[in-house]
Amino acid sequence: MDDLIVKTITRLIIPFIQLYGIFIILHGHLSPGGGFSGGAILGASIVLYSLSFGLEKASKKLSHETSSIIETAGILWYIVLGLVGIFMRGFFLTNRGAGFPMGEAGGVISSGMIALITLGIGAKVASTMITLFHTIIKED
Amino acid sequence: MKKIFFMIVLAGLLVLLITSVMEMPGIGSIDNPAYNEVTRYYVENAVKDSNAPNIIAAIITDYRAFDTLGETTVLFTSIAAVISVLSLGHHHKEHNNTDEKVEKHHG
Repeated sequence: MDDLIVKTITRLIIPFIQLYGIFIILHGHLSPGGGFSGGAILGASIVLYSLSFGLEKASKKLSHETSSIIETAGILWYIVLGLVGIFMRGFFLTNRGAGFPMGEAGGVISSGMIALITLGIGAKVASTMITLFHTIIKED
Repeated sequence: MKKIFFMIVLAGLLVLLITSVMEMPGIGSIDNPAYNEVTRYYVENAVKDSNAPNIIAAIITDYRAFDTLGETTVLFTSIAAVISVLSLGHHHKEHNNTDEKVEKHHG
């Protein structure tokens, strides 16, 4: 799509979309939202970029290799957090028992494993959406 | 004969389904089987157990974190399925093109 208005609006609006997505991921344990919805918003910002600027420029911003590395790292991060529970206590995916820093209820840095897992899920969902979209429009 | 038999079987199934729907508890009723001590435990103890004010986040990433691990693996499966299906269609197209070329050459 080679339109000046679409490109300008996209360039203006993408930082706000990404900021909102990061906000939802970081506040996953405090407010409605979480890893899945925040990651979907982050992925939608890159989808918007590749719709208005084309696949080549979007691949230059975030290549296929980088997004598959992020995707794998997200799920491995989740499993590593579960294994921490096994080594500290003896149960897979334990939160308080595994000795994660719990913080104070209501703070952004609190609730131990929940915030860390939400980060992993957000990265995974965002890179999955980007990879799916780029794969589908590459085949056209 | 076969059609009448199917009609009778389907009518029996309809009666069965309608009677079971009539027996279902109403939506949001206090007597629902889903409203048991597990729900009450989550509502009372989730904030104390996980220090997260969002009880839904506490349930899906603390109490039922293993379920969410499978849910994120589903995303990987979806990517694998889409890539395999799309590349399959691609190969078919290439194959058909070569076939057409061969036919034209022969013609």
